[in-house]
Amino acid sequence: MLVDWNQIIEALWQTIIMVSFSLLFSAVIGVVLGILLVITRKGHLWENPALFRVMSGVVNVLRSIPFIILLVAVIPFTRLIVGTSIGTAAATVPMVIYAGPYIARLIENSLLEVDPGVMEAAQSMGATPWQIVLRFLIPEALSSLILGFTIATIGLVGASAMAGAVGGGGLGDVAITFGYQRFDTTVMYITVGILIVMVQGVQSTGNYLSNRIRRR
Amino acid sequence: MITFENITKVYKSGSQEVRALDGVNLHVNKGEIYGVIGSSGAGKSSLIRCVNLLERPTSGKVIVNNRNIVSLSAKALRAEKQNIGMVFQHFNLLDSKTIFTNVAMPLLLMKRPKAEVEERVRELLDFVGLADKADNYPDQLSGGQKQRVGIARALATNPSILLCDEATSALDPQTTESILKLLKKINADYNITILIITHEMGVIRDICDKVAVIDKGEIVEYGFVFDVFAQPKTEIAHNFVRSVMQDDIPDSVYQLIHTQTGNNRIFRIVFLGESTSKPLLSLIAKQFDVDVNVLFGGITELQAKPFGNLIISLNGEEREISRVIDYVNEQNVTIKEVIEDAS
Repeated sequence: MLVDWNQIIEALWQTIIMVSFSLLFSAVIGVVLGILLVITRKGHLWENPALFRVMSGVVNVLRSIPFIILLVAVIPFTRLIVGTSIGTAAATVPMVIYAGPYIARLIENSLLEVDPGVMEAAQSMGATPWQIVLRFLIPEALSSLILGFTIATIGLVGASAMAGAVGGGGLGDVAITFGYQRFDTTVMYITVGILIVMVQGVQSTGNYLSNRIRRR
Repeated sequence: MITFENITKVYKSGSQEVRALDGVNLHVNKGEIYGVIGSSGAGKSSLIRCVNLLERPTSGKVIVNNRNIVSLSAKALRAEKQNIGMVFQHFNLLDSKTIFTNVAMPLLLMKRPKAEVEERVRELLDFVGLADKADNYPDQLSGGQKQRVGIARALATNPSILLCDEATSALDPQTTESILKLLKKINADYNITILIITHEMGVIRDICDKVAVIDKGEIVEYGFVFDVFAQPKTEIAHNFVRSVMQDDIPDSVYQLIHTQTGNNRIFRIVFLGESTSKPLLSLIAKQFDVDVNVLFGGITELQAKPFGNLIISLNGEEREISRVIDYVNEQNVTIKEVIEDAS
């Protein structure tokens, strides 16, 4: 059985592109949303129950749609933004919509773990809300935030496999087309092996960075 | 310096209302160390948070440096907070930052020049005795050291007021003593007004000039520490005094009194400072025709001055005993009859 290594390397590259770009955009959305989900809470820096409920509702709705459905459902939107609904760039759009709210929840979780006493100390020093977020909340939660991003990145590697369904390419696509549809198990094993190595690498890097920062 | 005017704080949870503070009036003078003591849930924590508006009072005024802090704009309030340092029970340091950065934080927030920050932080770390820990992280320090960092941080902006929220409650007795000494030093060296809330009467005894006793959101008693120790007016104040100084007459003493014969009267005498150095009891015994017997009591330290609280019995003629009482009163010593005619 012949293995087309060029094809696998190209697929690996597509996966990396899809994951990195969608991680980048969903991180921006997730960080903003996650911070807002914390500070608009009752009794927090920028209490706003209405905004909190709306954001929380939207996040829940988006998170309840199965990714494979989302992939198809957002095609018109994807076409509007990217200009096409197939290919690696097009696959990024549903991946961002999928990961953004997910990251928001992970960030919310990490930030809520910050000792309320530290927030109180920040306020007693006369810090502005902006300073409290940047100089107190985020640094204190950083170690836990990194682990959250690690989880999100691995989730995106998984999602990228399904993105093959809209012609996004990538390792998952190769594994399905060759391994599942053409019974070429060697290619399937190789791609799955590469995915395992990727996930391991991301997790180990995340753990390492998080541990270096953790101070307690 | 700090004046609370008719402060109330009401928490609402559902249909239930909890009055954490119920019409509190209190005045703290410049340069004083003022202690507020109360059991948990008495409202002391809410009270101290009203000074820098970590909690906003439901009604009333908090006057700090002649300005009602409650009516300040957000910006003016932030500026005013640089004049009010705060130390917390659980230190509330940033675990992710070095000791240096923790102490520097209030200055960094004010965007002070780097050289100035460096100089001020070194000076402060030196003052609290942690100059060698600048590059360590909070998790490498002991509780007492962490509190020293907290104190250094609170002093970074040269405040004129220092708020201590149960600053020693998480520390062991020895560390508590050293932290209290540090607070006393801050008060003496920089003339910083200190407001302390605590549930430990030992803290009040060791460093406070004045004390207020808070119970169920109300100040039930206040005054100079000596007066409250000598003659607590309320049961709750008495209980706090008793927690550091045994002043009840034990049963065994009562038993003893009943077996004695003759005209026997029991008095409590309370004295502070110089009057303890005079051999009062021996003078009484020499000058008057009475027998003096110390039944019970002790001498403790109140603000580094000896404070005595003794139960004595005087045995003798009625006339002689009243002369003794007059004499003792002249000596600036409080004397009060405890049990009449115990014979």
